[in-house]
Amino acid sequence: MEELANLFHGFAVALQPYNIMLMVIGITLGVIIGVLPGLGGANGVAILLPLTFSMPPTSAIIMLSCIYWGALFGGAITSILFNIPGEPWSVATTFDGYPMAQQGKPGEALTAAFTSSFVGALFAVVMITLVAPLVAGFALRFGPAEKFAVYFLAFCSFVGLSKEPPFKTIAAMMMGFALAAVGLDSITGQLRLTFGVTELLNGFDFLIAVIGLFGIGEILLTMEEGLAFRGGKASINLRVVLQTWRELPAYWMTSLRSCLIGCWMGVTPAGATPASFMSYGIAKRLSRRGNNFGKGEIEGVIAPETAAHAAGTAALLPMLSLGVPGSPTAAVLLGGLLIWGLQPGPMLFVEQKEFVWGLIASMYLGNLAGLIVVLTCVPIFAAILRVPFGIIAPLILVLCAIGAYSVHNSTFDVMLMLVFGVLGYLLKKCNYPLAPLVLAIVLGDKAEEAFRQSLLGSQGSLGVFFSNGLVSTIMALGVVALFWSVIQEGYSRLRTSMA
Amino acid sequence: MTERSRSESGPAHKTLEIGMALLIGAFGLVVIFGSIKAGINWGAEGPRAGFFPFYIGAAIVGASAINLWHAQRDDDGRLFAEWGQLRQVMSVVVPTAIYVGAMPFIGLYVASMVFIAWFMRWLGGYRWLTVAAVAIGMPVLTYLVFERWFLVPLPKGPVEEWLGL
Repeated sequence: MEELANLFHGFAVALQPYNIMLMVIGITLGVIIGVLPGLGGANGVAILLPLTFSMPPTSAIIMLSCIYWGALFGGAITSILFNIPGEPWSVATTFDGYPMAQQGKPGEALTAAFTSSFVGALFAVVMITLVAPLVAGFALRFGPAEKFAVYFLAFCSFVGLSKEPPFKTIAAMMMGFALAAVGLDSITGQLRLTFGVTELLNGFDFLIAVIGLFGIGEILLTMEEGLAFRGGKASINLRVVLQTWRELPAYWMTSLRSCLIGCWMGVTPAGATPASFMSYGIAKRLSRRGNNFGKGEIEGVIAPETAAHAAGTAALLPMLSLGVPGSPTAAVLLGGLLIWGLQPGPMLFVEQKEFVWGLIASMYLGNLAGLIVVLTCVPIFAAILRVPFGIIAPLILVLCAIGAYSVHNSTFDVMLMLVFGVLGYLLKKCNYPLAPLVLAIVLGDKAEEAFRQSLLGSQGSLGVFFSNGLVSTIMALGVVALFWSVIQEGYSRLRTSMA
Repeated sequence: MTERSRSESGPAHKTLEIGMALLIGAFGLVVIFGSIKAGINWGAEGPRAGFFPFYIGAAIVGASAINLWHAQRDDDGRLFAEWGQLRQVMSVVVPTAIYVGAMPFIGLYVASMVFIAWFMRWLGGYRWLTVAAVAIGMPVLTYLVFERWFLVPLPKGPVEEWLGL
């Protein structure tokens, strides 16, 4: 019951006029970010993070998380109307959303997408409300070995669950850890890996990496593919919305399944993209109209959108309660918390009640506000898309430069951003995943600290990671996650040989 | 590299994959080297600074070696990108590099104006009026939002000093 009181207190915080204003600004900026190519949720939030330094942390996180919801909504608009996924997690939405728009049903497709997004996010928020305090209470028992085990599980899930080749995932991830290690060693106070370059004393800031890898890299990819946007008109009226809403309850089973997939994939940091693909795939296999998928089936819009939003939202649970972000954007939000002087993790629930519950309440309200904003403003956002890339691209590049500069007021960072941009382009082309790289830069120091502290306690014996039930379980789960694709393949081979 | 002069040719995907694996592997070696310099054994206060990065470097080298082996083995004859596409990409990278390099000297605002104008005029082919509107409007808007509203200082050069901003 105490949680309920806290939640209502959180609503009171989130409903202050100033915070509501930030919420709407955040959603609008987020949708624009989601709609524009080259500006994703992660680097959109990273660019705008410096603007929030002067705000109170609760207001700042409300605005930033609303940018995140907005970006999640915005991705669907471009996928359905233009067959251009604005975000990687909306790729699966194009499969059926775009055909629906071609058949003259863009309104239905958009309504279905937005509503499913809302349902998915709501489901995940309810889950966070119920589970977060439990996880946080549980996590208070964590020592350094348990903490390291959680990081281990998070990173192993990337290797086992991502669709990229596992050794490329490992290479990308380890590069992130190495970049995080550059500079001052937090335990011994010794400099390392700087090779005498003074600019590297403080190491690589992950915000610069995010802006470069995701922002500049994406622009370069778009440049290569040519700039032909096929303008499309979109209109949603109340009649279409209501009619679609009447149809939607029939797909409750798909929604529920997608919510569960999304929450699971969001909490284990596989993220929204695999969640949307997995949910689409399963819906296709189980639906009675499965053969029709890909030709404009509304269920094919509901499944990926619900799962992507549930995953995107659920990714905040491990971030808040354990300090392990479930997605690159959650990682940027985590970086924000650290900058505002808040230490994410179980103690946050004890020491910063107002902040945590204000954020959770803003998730409910932000998603509701988001649904209303996108349903009413689709034509405006679609019009933004018709602004030619020749104008948008230089503006985005300038915005990225401003964002990179204002993190530390350093022009060296802006050059670093460009280097990361070219690297991001090459990595993406060669099928190396960027998300684990970014997460490793964020968590590298903390993971290393936990690892070294555990070893200090055990005098160098690795047995400390299997010393009690809790830590052994997490480590074992990590190993299972690491070899998940191998296990799956073995299982299906076994089944075919038995049959 | 398998270069041909036909317009639809380009560097092979395989070449880039191998190059990438080698590059990442080399990075891993640098990390190992740097870690050894920082000390990878146990000191008085426990593991020394290079202890953790050393194994990270080793993992990078190991993973890259496997990636290299994979890249060498599978060759599907795909192109990495056509030369024309790469030229497009370079037409963004090079001016952006100049833009970024000029920023410490002439400030962000002037550099952005020139950069936006260049981009819109030469890559977009817009009329000078449109170009001027966006190239001047965006930095002015940036100034108002960042410096005035949110009080975030951005780099300035001689022109801003002269204007007394």
